Amino acid sequence: MHWNSVGEFFAMGGYALYVWGSFAMCVLIMTVEPLLVAKRNRDIQGSLRRERLADELEKS
Amino acid sequence: MNNRIIHWFKYASPQSFYPLAGKMIPWFWATAAIFGAIGLWISFFVAPTDAQQGEGYRIIFIHVPASWMSMFIYCIMAGWAGIGLALNTRLSGMMAQSLAPTGALMAFLSLWTGAFWGKPMWGAWWVWDARLTSELILFFLYIGFIALQAAIDDPRRADKAGAILALVGVVNVPIIYFSVKWWNTLHQGSTINMTKAPSMATTMLWGMLLMALCFWMYSIAVALSRVRAIILERERHTEWIKGVLN
Repeated sequence: MHWNSVGEFFAMGGYALYVWGSFAMCVLIMTVEPLLVAKRNRDIQGSLRRERLADELEKS
Repeated sequence: MNNRIIHWFKYASPQSFYPLAGKMIPWFWATAAIFGAIGLWISFFVAPTDAQQGEGYRIIFIHVPASWMSMFIYCIMAGWAGIGLALNTRLSGMMAQSLAPTGALMAFLSLWTGAFWGKPMWGAWWVWDARLTSELILFFLYIGFIALQAAIDDPRRADKAGAILALVGVVNVPIIYFSVKWWNTLHQGSTINMTKAPSMATTMLWGMLLMALCFWMYSIAVALSRVRAIILERERHTEWIKGVLN
């Protein structure tokens, strides 16, 4: 461990903007992409369920 | 022998791949989290400060894995597209389509982190350097592939058109890889060399490899998730779909 304080860690030896700018974009992408994919799955599943329900109602 | 071949191809159908993918996804998320946690710990707390670049070099821990993934995913995507073109299997096209957005994001992340690294070290966010330019072309190839497929209504025809684009674009991958050797570029030489011993501290190397594994697992998990959505979207008028939902 070579950081003496939390502030020093966040300062990144003067490279804070560049290091955290990179890691922030990485975290953003890896959070948003799975959420969008999960939504896409939910949407198609919902659509298929509604379709099935419509079919059942039509039959009865 | 015959049995074995049948067994293998069983998972080539969307119908049997859909539940299999569903079972595998949590494992890939779990391993991604584990590799990511250890990788980040090493990246920030174990790996020493770089003699030349100070703490700024720590961008390497996402820049290199993202760049690797952008190239690997492209090759795998083109491979699936090629199989789809040759064997006319349904799942192949879906796999290629599923990998493209993740690959595009990796290429984008590679360019983004590269810019944030270039600015403090070279004094410029962007230069028209061979490696940077060829990586930008890779990003455009992904975008082109996605746009082309989205523009064609019939999914099977979209697969074929996309496959040709993907296969032609593969030529760009070795160009990226060897760009630092072929041309004099501002970009530093490859971090890991197949023939020479790595020129970086062992802990740095380990951090980078663990982060690369994390990116691998992440990409597989998210691509499998997306392919499940694509399977449902494309197979919605088939009978087997009804048994999948509850």
